[in-house]
Amino acid sequence: MQLTVWTYEGPPHVGAMRIATAMEGVHYVLHAPQGDTYADLLFTMIERRDKRPPVTYTTFEARDLGKDTAELFQSTLIAAYERFLPQAVLVGSSCTAELIQDDPGGLAQAANLPVPVVPLELPSYQRKENWGAAETFYQLVRAMAGGQVSQSQNSDAAHSPLPAGISPTRGENGLFETPGTPFSPLAGEMSPEATEGGALAQASQSQTRRRPRCNILGPTALGFRHRDDVAEIRKLLGEIGVDVAVVAPLGATPGDLARLGEADFNVVLYPEIAGVAAKWLKRQFGQEFTTVVPIGVGATREFVAEVCRLAGIAAPEFAPEKPQSNLPWFSRSVDSNYLTGKRVFVFGDATHALAAARVATEEFGFTLCGLGTYTRELARDVRTAAKEYGVEPLISDDYLEVEAAIAEAQPELVLGTQMERHIAKRLGIGCAVISAPVHVQDYPARYSPQMGFEGANVLWDSWVHPLVMGLEEHLLGMFREDFEFNDEAVPSHLGSGARTAPEPAEGIQVADCEAPAGVGWGVDAEAELRKIPFFVRGKARRNTEKYAAERGLAEITVETLYDAKAHFSR
Amino acid sequence: MSPSLDPLGAALQSPPVPAPGCSQAPVLRERGQREVFCGLTGIVWLHRKIQDAFFLVVGSRTCAHLMQSAAGVMIFAEPRFATAVMEERDLAGLADANEELDAAVTKLLERRPDIKMLFLVGSCPSEVIKLDLSRASERLSRQYAPDVRILSYSGSGIETTFTQGEDNCLAALVPTLPQAEGDEPNLLVIGALADVVEDQFARLFDALGMENVRFLPPRRSRDLPPVGPSTRFLLAQPFLGETARALEERGAQRIAAPFPLGAEGTTLWLKAAADAFGVDPMRIRSATAAPEARAKRALEPYRAELDGKRLFFFPDSQLEIPLARMLSRELGMELTEVGTPYLHRQHLSEELPLLPAETALSEGQDVDRQLDRARAIRPDIAVCGLGLANPLEAEGMTTKWSIELLFTPIQGYEQAADLAALFARPLDRRTRLRI
Ligand code: SF4
Ligand code: SF4
Repeated sequence: MQLTVWTYEGPPHVGAMRIATAMEGVHYVLHAPQGDTYADLLFTMIERRDKRPPVTYTTFEARDLGKDTAELFQSTLIAAYERFLPQAVLVGSSCTAELIQDDPGGLAQAANLPVPVVPLELPSYQRKENWGAAETFYQLVRAMAGGQVSQSQNSDAAHSPLPAGISPTRGENGLFETPGTPFSPLAGEMSPEATEGGALAQASQSQTRRRPRCNILGPTALGFRHRDDVAEIRKLLGEIGVDVAVVAPLGATPGDLARLGEADFNVVLYPEIAGVAAKWLKRQFGQEFTTVVPIGVGATREFVAEVCRLAGIAAPEFAPEKPQSNLPWFSRSVDSNYLTGKRVFVFGDATHALAAARVATEEFGFTLCGLGTYTRELARDVRTAAKEYGVEPLISDDYLEVEAAIAEAQPELVLGTQMERHIAKRLGIGCAVISAPVHVQDYPARYSPQMGFEGANVLWDSWVHPLVMGLEEHLLGMFREDFEFNDEAVPSHLGSGARTAPEPAEGIQVADCEAPAGVGWGVDAEAELRKIPFFVRGKARRNTEKYAAERGLAEITVETLYDAKAHFSR
Repeated sequence: MSPSLDPLGAALQSPPVPAPGCSQAPVLRERGQREVFCGLTGIVWLHRKIQDAFFLVVGSRTCAHLMQSAAGVMIFAEPRFATAVMEERDLAGLADANEELDAAVTKLLERRPDIKMLFLVGSCPSEVIKLDLSRASERLSRQYAPDVRILSYSGSGIETTFTQGEDNCLAALVPTLPQAEGDEPNLLVIGALADVVEDQFARLFDALGMENVRFLPPRRSRDLPPVGPSTRFLLAQPFLGETARALEERGAQRIAAPFPLGAEGTTLWLKAAADAFGVDPMRIRSATAAPEARAKRALEPYRAELDGKRLFFFPDSQLEIPLARMLSRELGMELTEVGTPYLHRQHLSEELPLLPAETALSEGQDVDRQLDRARAIRPDIAVCGLGLANPLEAEGMTTKWSIELLFTPIQGYEQAADLAALFARPLDRRTRLRI
């Protein structure tokens, strides 16, 4: 048993719901106890959808358990089919139904519906939401797109579901040999030249004299900014001369999935969701797929280059006088000087965390002081990246562990999920959200992609916003005794309540924040410490205590404070 | 629409006219997909009410996800609930599961030495694998006595809907209540109420000259009220069937009353208690007249807005019937279908006669068929859960999301108008928006 306060991911059947809800013409019949319909409101409230998710639950109760729950499943399935007349049906179990073992797949087969039925085996006690989404999408793609080829070609039709995760075997070495090479969960999956796909695209292109064509894979319901990422990338692809055949699962029908094989290659926006399906499509149709996730200016440029290579077209020249994104100039402008070396802690799903780490260091000039993910499937990528950045990787889905790591690292900015927002609020640190899970406010009305050149603009605004502005920061450092303008006041440009903890470092006691035993603060030293701006004060406190402890000092004086400052400033 | 006789005056002068109302009305009983919460959700408000209690759900990732979706915005330094998420190896053998549970509890109590009462809350998975939480709580209680008292109850979806989680929680508390000494009559008010409402009721009972009045659940787990054969209890919420049974087992007797929603409801509720304690009718009148008049005055503007508006209730909390009664009698709303997840005839015996005879009652749910009925009726307001609200709005119906009725102080005189406002607001909004 794992003691869980907040959970980063839901159970795998929620992942399956995200696929079904993203698509048109798919219905999901879920064997689940009364009560599990709570998941509907993730879609109707958090994502604010105007329709009920296409999910019918059996909602069995205790009194049904003595009787025939299998019969209940079957009658629910038939009633749902007759009412909604979907083009394809997903059937599966929630965690409780998994225990009673009614075999929805077998029951659905026996029901003999006139449409494809895709049974889902989602091990609820081992796997989680993203895995469930990836597996569901993969099974649907196999069922629909697989129909295109003859059985004999379909050599792996009988193979059991792929292992969890997306790229358990990517090459993990040498990635940082060329500076700026992105960490992508899919990098290493493909031959570096990937000429095959390009050639393929070129060949078919010259035959039909059409523009190269790709699919966009990965966007789902309840995805973090998936709606606008798709729009942004679609626009970008159009500008460089690439057409989009199918976007899936978001907005796709089962019929659209059947056409996946017609595209020249695949764009994988969210490897956590679409990695497995993309690999299958490669085996099945020889379609190459992109491995760079276009978050940030640098990654977007590399993504464009990769797409052009796969499409067999010349990469566009981005004219410097007509910048694609405002981020580079904003970041170069002198106003941003004070951002240099700000310590930032990054946590999220692997794709967004890796992208954010790169953008933070290369495009904002921040210093990474922590990097982690809850996506165990991609732990290896994050470990490798953390090593290169010189930080300890944090692979955990334990909220308390993340909290302890952040408290320990004492960052000035946290880039994370909704959970890190909770943590940062407690610790009095600025925070921006970069990854699911998120709340309703991160499904905004306005256009807010994370990807592409406009996405980089959005990143700029949202990451800088929680920081105290430059001038304010200077004045706070100079005039510590100001009666209205002190560090317990909220930054002028933020709404009320953005920073709540007056004294970040001591306000909380995280279990393993060992205050070195026997080292006490003298009154003067304590007062001097308070003259250090709040966002570096925690770090100063920690360093001084460490310094004192190492030297066996019983009391910290003003002198110790400055000795430590000198010591650590090297 | 408004009945010409003053319902309050009539109620006070003579007991409610035994008009049949809905007491004999047929009830549509449906089975099918139910769009309801499980009882775990009760933790969201219970953990705020009992301030030194912790709720540990023993369940799956689904249960943790539900708790987080329902309570995710509440940013606490340390929330007082968590989930022990069962994993593969817990399913392999119950012996291991018990060991794992003990380890989780130990870890938790080490982290939270301030916790005085721990509820182990059962879920569907823990019940299906027959993990015996009552045995576990006894075992752990022995280990942690006297610092922490450990209890258990079920909040699973297979056993409970939404507010029944509170019922099971309070029922689990009842056997731990101290024995009431002597035969001095005392009153217990049952059901988690907003603190402000509880304080108002305490003052009203005071004004009625009733001294020995306590509330369950208490705000601190060490302030458990005594119970015994001298105890009479008054339900403040309609979903407390199990708790009532547990209290009756300890010799306490229930005072039958409508629920304290609206001016009329509150007066009838207080009066039932006062009558049971032999309070002089003049004193009842003088204690209730002013606040009741104030509540009715506050309701007037809402009555103008809501009179004649047609109302449809999807099942959610068991509050539906008392709410429907209040909204129809005090605000003139017209009832179409009133759905409830569970209809407790005995506890609603004072409510049903007050419902208009033509009200369609339903118990249980087949959500797709019920939606068909709602679409055919096209009520002015549909009261429903968050899974249905936006989709119905998108179809052009005005909705009132029902969970708010549990998260807002609505009982008592001073909240009568707030309750009305909850129903007037969506209609008001609809007329304001010009887009
Ligand atoms: S604020 Fe968060 S928890 Fe509350 S309804 Fe919105 S998304 Fe859900
Ligand atoms: S319905 Fe059952 S399985 Fe689902 S959240 Fe509630 S207790 Fe857990």
